[in-house]
Amino acid sequence: MSAREIYVGGQEWGEVVRPAGGDETLIVNMGPQHPSTHGVLRLVMELDGETVVACTPVIGYLHTGIEKNTEVRNWTQGVTFVTRADYLSPFFNELAYCLSVEKLLGIEAPLRAQAIRVLMCELQRISSHLVWLATGGMELGALSMMLYGFREREKLLDIFENITGLRMNHAYIRPGGLIQDLPESAPDLITAFLDEFPARIDDYEDLLSDNPLWLERNTGVGILEADDAIALGVTGPMLRAAGVPHDLRKVQPYSGYEKYDFEIAVDEGADCAARYRVRMREMRESAKIARQALEMLPSGPVMVEDPKIAWPAQMSLGPDGQGNSIEYIRKIMGESMEALIHHFKLVTEGFKVPAGQVYVPVESPRGELGYHVVSAGESKPWRVHMRDPSFVNLQATPHLVTGGLIADAIASIASLDPVMGGVDR
Amino acid sequence: MNETLTELCAGLRESFPEHVGEPVVEFGETSVRVARERVLDVCRWLRDNGPFELLADLSGVDYLGIAPDEDRFMVAYHLYSFRRNERLRLRAFVPDGDERIESVATVWPSANWMEREVYDFFGIVFEGHPDLRRILMPDDWDGYPQRKDYPLGGTKVEFKGVMVPPPNVRRQPSSTTTGYPGRIS
Repeated sequence: MSAREIYVGGQEWGEVVRPAGGDETLIVNMGPQHPSTHGVLRLVMELDGETVVACTPVIGYLHTGIEKNTEVRNWTQGVTFVTRADYLSPFFNELAYCLSVEKLLGIEAPLRAQAIRVLMCELQRISSHLVWLATGGMELGALSMMLYGFREREKLLDIFENITGLRMNHAYIRPGGLIQDLPESAPDLITAFLDEFPARIDDYEDLLSDNPLWLERNTGVGILEADDAIALGVTGPMLRAAGVPHDLRKVQPYSGYEKYDFEIAVDEGADCAARYRVRMREMRESAKIARQALEMLPSGPVMVEDPKIAWPAQMSLGPDGQGNSIEYIRKIMGESMEALIHHFKLVTEGFKVPAGQVYVPVESPRGELGYHVVSAGESKPWRVHMRDPSFVNLQATPHLVTGGLIADAIASIASLDPVMGGVDR
Repeated sequence: MNETLTELCAGLRESFPEHVGEPVVEFGETSVRVARERVLDVCRWLRDNGPFELLADLSGVDYLGIAPDEDRFMVAYHLYSFRRNERLRLRAFVPDGDERIESVATVWPSANWMEREVYDFFGIVFEGHPDLRRILMPDDWDGYPQRKDYPLGGTKVEFKGVMVPPPNVRRQPSSTTTGYPGRIS
């Protein structure tokens, strides 16, 4: 261990500081409770004046054992766990998990379900990028950006609530399709949002794109070139901002992404400003995809036909605001013994998934979100591993901030857009 | 599996005839078994000759009790090649009681945290890792939580000394009996 590297764990603060030696540098602990560390990220920085000499990220404060929890519940229940990992992009977690279960089962969701999945994911990409823009702006002093970003995000969350019943952690995408179809009111709400949104992005760009303070804080800051990004495993907007046109929606399409007309946002800058431009363009492209998905929405079921896999409940709003539809209750209780058996089997035990393992990646707002799912042929997963892009991207933090000013570290971390729920799982 | 990947796997077997297995295609994904003694060399070979520039994922699996012919642990490496637009999975098995494998952090720096995560949860030691210590669990944690024989905790209830049992011993349909051997005391 060299003098510059500091072991940081749960020990006494004096023990952290002592190995650094000398009195020229100052060790500053930033987080885990700090407004600009995006949740509970803790950074231990060694400073020489205002220059960052070394930076050690410490994570794990939000670890909730989601991967372990999925191993003792059935495959359908897994959705309610994985959706809680990256709380800004729950649909992506659900999608990647369900795609891997479907791959093991050898089934594909119906076309309508696939299109709705794309629609929801792209709306969520916008809402996730809006949080990045809002909090990132706030951290650099653009407070109005915070208000505008959260204002538009709120509208998206209202749409999600209308469709799935929940603002976050939706558990809407299920193995085999979706839990329920879009409500009648949803297309109008989404269209209204998509009509309004381009003008809103124009507003944001008016505020920031030529703003000398914004440019000064972002240009040439937090540089991560393509080679370094790939070596460090960095994917998503960070990699595209370094000039690599890599987007899984294009290069390895899933859920019918090949049917939509959109472009990959790429920039050559490799700095915070380039990441800003990439994400702004991505929001416009996502709005384009969402509109296409809505216009081309095929009709048909949203769950596979196989009664041994399809979650049996037909949700409907009863007097208490939830529950199964009357027709469905009539069917299983009064008409079809087989339907009752399927219902009982699926709800108590769940379906079995053939033994084997798959790795399914999707393009989440932060990069490659992959699920390595191992099945032992049981009604529960043997192992679910999430390759969360925030976790891997966060490794680049020391590379981004070392040698720069401590104020620039804030801009770099904001441009990295880590979500600690996904990092710690 | 397409031709170029077949060719690559053949080249890999030629270079490491005794340490690399036949490529297996399951669910449309190609896996290759690698002996743990040569993981570092195989990974370096694949990075340079694939070229698999990106180590997309590295994860551990504990096969306790379900794969009697294999060693207990598996480390899975998911590689991605930008130039080929191909993925490849390497599987290296690690026996119980001698949980050691070579670190590939010198090949792909991104392996640093991924290996720390597998060490943290499975207790597999990655030899040659620059900074192998726990990453998500607290430093003073006992045991390796993702192992299948790690007991799941119950929840203590404040009244009458009642415990809510851990999820694997709560009411279970009889056909899902492969729970964890571990029990809370």
